[in-house]
Amino acid sequence: MKNIYEALVEIMGERGVSNRPEEIWFYGRDPGVLPPHPPDYVVAPETTEQVQKVVQLANREKIPVVPMGNGMALTGLVIPLKGGIVMDMKRMNKILEVNEMARYVVVEGGTSQGMLKAHLRDHYPRLRHSLPDAPPTTTIAANVSLHGQGCLTQQYGFNSDMVSGLEVVLPTGELCKIGSPSLGPYWFSKGPSLPDLSGLFLGWLGTTGIFTKVGLKLYPNKKIREMEIFVTDKAELVPEIIYKLTHLEMLEDLIAWFQPKPLMFKDNYHLTIYFTGDSEKEIEFKRTMIWDALQEFIDNKDGGFMNVQAMKPNLMENPQRGIAAFADVPRGGGFEYSGPITLIELYPQFAAKVVELAEKYDVIYSSAARVISGGHSMMFSISFAFNRADPAMMERVKKALDEATEYALKMGGIPWKPNYMEQKMTMDHMDPNTLKLLRMIKKNLDPHGIMNPGNWEPAP
Amino acid sequence: MGSLKFDENVCATCPSADCLIKCQYMDFEEDEAHNEMMKIVKGLDSRVLHDCVTCYACEEYCRRGNHPFYLIGERREEKGIYTASRAITNQWINLTQMQGKPMVGTVKDKALSSCFIPDLGALGSGELFKEVFPAVTFGAEFMCPAVHTHFAKMSVVKERLPKVMENFKKLGVKEVICLHDECYGTYTSIAQAYGMEVPFKPVYYMDFLLTRLKELKDRIIPLNIKAAYQRPCSNRLIPHKHRLVQEIMDYIGVDMPGRKYQGENSLCCAEIIRSVAGYKLADDIQGRNIDDMLEAGAEYCVFNCPACQSSLSEKVSKKGLKPVHIIDLCKMAVGEKGREG
Amino acid sequence: MEYARQIEHADIVHRCFRCGYCKFPEDYVDFNCPSYKAFGWDTFSPGGRMWLIRAWLNKELETSPHFSRILYSCVACGNCKDQCVYPRFKDYLLNVFEEAKAELVNEGRIPPEVRDYFKAVSVNGNPYKQPQEERGQWADGLGLKEFTDQEYLFYVGCVGSYDEVGQRMARSVGQLLSETGVSIGILGKEETCDGHEVKVLGETGLFTALAEENIMKFKKKGIEKIITLDPHALNVFRKDYPKLRGNFEVFHYTEILSQLIRNNQIPLSNYQAKVTYHDPCYLGRHNLILEPPREVLKGLPGIELVEMRRKGLSAFCCGGGGGNFFTDMVGSGENNPARIRIKEALDTGAEIVAVACPQCAKMLDDAIKSEGQEDWLEVLDLSELVNRVRSK
Ligand SMILES: Cc1cc2nc3c(=O)[nH]c(=O)nc-3n(C[C@H](O)[C@H](O)[C@H](O)COP(=O)(O)OP(=O)(O)OC[C@H]3O[C@@H](n4cnc5c(N)ncnc54)[C@H](O)[C@@H]3O)c2cc1C
Ligand code: SF4
Ligand code: SF4
Repeated sequence: MKNIYEALVEIMGERGVSNRPEEIWFYGRDPGVLPPHPPDYVVAPETTEQVQKVVQLANREKIPVVPMGNGMALTGLVIPLKGGIVMDMKRMNKILEVNEMARYVVVEGGTSQGMLKAHLRDHYPRLRHSLPDAPPTTTIAANVSLHGQGCLTQQYGFNSDMVSGLEVVLPTGELCKIGSPSLGPYWFSKGPSLPDLSGLFLGWLGTTGIFTKVGLKLYPNKKIREMEIFVTDKAELVPEIIYKLTHLEMLEDLIAWFQPKPLMFKDNYHLTIYFTGDSEKEIEFKRTMIWDALQEFIDNKDGGFMNVQAMKPNLMENPQRGIAAFADVPRGGGFEYSGPITLIELYPQFAAKVVELAEKYDVIYSSAARVISGGHSMMFSISFAFNRADPAMMERVKKALDEATEYALKMGGIPWKPNYMEQKMTMDHMDPNTLKLLRMIKKNLDPHGIMNPGNWEPAP
Repeated sequence: MGSLKFDENVCATCPSADCLIKCQYMDFEEDEAHNEMMKIVKGLDSRVLHDCVTCYACEEYCRRGNHPFYLIGERREEKGIYTASRAITNQWINLTQMQGKPMVGTVKDKALSSCFIPDLGALGSGELFKEVFPAVTFGAEFMCPAVHTHFAKMSVVKERLPKVMENFKKLGVKEVICLHDECYGTYTSIAQAYGMEVPFKPVYYMDFLLTRLKELKDRIIPLNIKAAYQRPCSNRLIPHKHRLVQEIMDYIGVDMPGRKYQGENSLCCAEIIRSVAGYKLADDIQGRNIDDMLEAGAEYCVFNCPACQSSLSEKVSKKGLKPVHIIDLCKMAVGEKGREG
Repeated sequence: MEYARQIEHADIVHRCFRCGYCKFPEDYVDFNCPSYKAFGWDTFSPGGRMWLIRAWLNKELETSPHFSRILYSCVACGNCKDQCVYPRFKDYLLNVFEEAKAELVNEGRIPPEVRDYFKAVSVNGNPYKQPQEERGQWADGLGLKEFTDQEYLFYVGCVGSYDEVGQRMARSVGQLLSETGVSIGILGKEETCDGHEVKVLGETGLFTALAEENIMKFKKKGIEKIITLDPHALNVFRKDYPKLRGNFEVFHYTEILSQLIRNNQIPLSNYQAKVTYHDPCYLGRHNLILEPPREVLKGLPGIELVEMRRKGLSAFCCGGGGGNFFTDMVGSGENNPARIRIKEALDTGAEIVAVACPQCAKMLDDAIKSEGQEDWLEVLDLSELVNRVRSK
């Protein structure tokens, strides 16, 4: 394989390629529970041309290519299951254009969420994007490639719904623009009113191409952001509470969560309700509407608004640093979650399942469900923390997560950012004709199966 | 577990029924007030059991040494007429559960109690508390359980209070200086009402402060500011201590212009009311309270209880008042803290 | 028996989640770990180091020149320690890095640049391989007295003693302090290396020897208070000397300057200039001395302070920390931290970058040249700036 290395150096320069043991070791794993697998090379492109050339080389030589952001999907999606080249996209981190009036931004394929946030705050304070609660080093391209969700998902849908154009290096090396940028200079639509080709890439976990540019819709950044937390002890009331709240059409973000520790959270379900306004008047009006919407639960003593003063500084952070902190609960640097997309009415069943799994496998749980597009569905996270120095605990977490996914599928849910085994389970559940279509698309786009192989790889 | 010492005859022969007549959150005709109280005494249902917002004030209004508020709590619990939702009530019970994680400084015969309120730790420091500061205690193990009276969980109070006092006893302290108004109220009023023996001498922090201020007299530079005082609910359990606020303010040169809602007429910070009776009443109370402070010409809003401070700080700030705890005000007067607190 | 690698904080190494919060400043505006910024591989990020160190301790990875480079290109700026989201172990990140380097030293597998540094310091008492006799020459003609019974020892350190930019700064600070009546004495040719970089680079034996010698010397001379030129010296005097029973009251010269300005002890005229201030890591992040230098700047008539985008606890390091000033494991290309910092300074529109550390002064001075910006931007230490504003 020496000549491959040299060919890569020729494309990337010395600074852009590594086959040294340290990079090979590091880029062969992610922070989740799946076992590592080493790549043969790691590359870190700075230009689209480099991406193209590497993919062309890989396609010619039939070498796997795995695009990687910050590796924080946790489900092994950037572990090179079949070796080959891991492509760290993070050096392509420019913010290329903000169209303030049309409210969109164009970023490179490795631009991080954090940098976009800072850029907008500095230069476009009237605009914001749908930040996920993932660490700010995670990338926008990766997030849309796995249908992520962020703080504006309750209002506007999956973060991938907010894509407003793409530039993709196809598995055969051609560069392809998707949506309005394929016709002119503007990045305002990923598809409509054309056939929406973005569906060939969004949600494919890097198996059908590599995003080198992403157009992303931006939204009004109101001057004031506020929050309340409603608490109930009955899981079966959560769907109705969410229904009443989403009916208001006034919320920014809505998250239902429960966890056994610290003790104050025990036995309760919490709904963190975010809302925004440009004036105190607007905020107070919305707050009043929110209180009124849930008054009947208060009257029945089924729930109430808790004092949020102490928690507010943490919960108002965007992204919330505290979420990552779950990884250190067992003093061990790890957590992973299964996050099926499912119906909100199934909340009580899923909630019960989390507790059941945690007991069965003796692991520490927490769960947060983010409401998606006004209540059409939710991402229900089933999170388990583990201690990286305790392989047995990691194994238990793995089993618990597998069982969670099986359950989600049984309940008619869709696994989110599934690992390769969960993808297999999903495909096993899928309507055969749908699967056939999926296979056909993948085969046509990636004839040699080089793109993130092992993922969305239907058995022939 | 102690039981409430409540003298039915005192109520039966009460000429005024001040407890309910003076209530700021329910209206009664004179006879009606007496009748409702007697229903409660006899264990019958009463609208009071449904409408009381748990402001504690009737403990002060009753001049005849009975404990109307504790009785209301007892009856509510007996009948399952709880104030807040189960979720909120349990949250408080869980939050304040003893988990074996107390913090205890170098305690000899005195302890400086920060209850279970982190803010009090910082307040009870510096020159004013120099001698007792190392003897700090903090944690659920040393927390007065009075908050559960708001949720009519008198059983929790009765179960936990003896344990808390026992924990202090184990430290071998003779005196406990209570930085939280409610702790002092608990060890004096509640413990006494339930016939519980307090194995130490509770010291009210404002008494302690005043003594220290006198010792540091030379360092005091009068603040020359106008302030409104936010009296906490717990102070209704110890009305005789209310005068200390004025004395301290006089001592450090703070003018407290007269206002409508002061003394017996003080309004609650409304934080608990939000959980118990909903936002409308809470907003109304807070609005009236803050407007009254402004009308009186106050520049500062002075707190005694950190819970009031947390619930009202943001709101008073938005209206241009500076929120400050009375201890910090004293620290400002002795030059330990900047003006803005 | 096979050699087992061991470090004191081994029990936290596996707790890093490699989430990468530590790569950023507080507000995520750009990557703030200088070595990650320079090399662009996750292995050179704080989390990368944590994971690699774990693998190396477990013998999943062997020592290699590349591994050593990864460890030694950490500039010990401390950004990661401030930004890591895990309060229960973040304070020990830099200990882990330092201990791993010390373990490399034990194995005898360190980069040649680092070995040369240790050798020079142990043979010559300074990394410049200059004669000890010449250590005091920076002060020639200033009339500064040897330390006898003055209130403060003015300790300049190796860079202030031997480097051209450092000497200029040492002279300026020394002169200003003495002219404004601060009672200082110097050690001159009796001064020896404070050992800070030696320690950070992992040579704990040599460090202890240097520190103990200094402590003995200071005590013998009756030194109780020290003003340091270099924040690195301040850091080691404050944090490590006490562990060897060297307890002194240690100040950075900017703390003294800010007092002098506050008390109007320096007569000032006016000097019109737009100035930006670069926080040295060992002053700001490591010792939280953020305001005194700014108070100095704000107290100078005519000086307009324009802050860089990254400042205070989020300042971007010049790349000279962690011994890199001497060993230069980070490299000098486009992504060299000092060059990035200079571009950031230029963005403010300032004509002067004020510094408070001789190492930053030199790093940034060189970077201005590499960027070809000599005509637009100038590096001055705070005392030099004060001198420009002083009434003559
Ligand atoms: C504490 C925590 C909180 C989280 N909260 C959220 C949340 O609120 N919302 C949410 O959506 N997620 C969340 N996540 C999950 C995850 O971190 C995010 O989805 C994040 O966007 C992943 O980004 P990444 O850069 O780390 O992706 P990676 O893990 O590096 O990659 C993910 C997938 O994208 C592919 N990919 C990467 N770059 C490209 C590219 N340029 N072109 C094509 N494919 C590419 C990869 O091959 C892989 O399949 C959270 C994770 C953690 C640890
Ligand atoms: S050092 Fe802390 S912030 Fe950095 S990757 Fe590790 S856990 Fe995350
Ligand atoms: S100390 Fe600075 S250079 Fe070293 S890993 Fe931390 S952030 Fe990077």
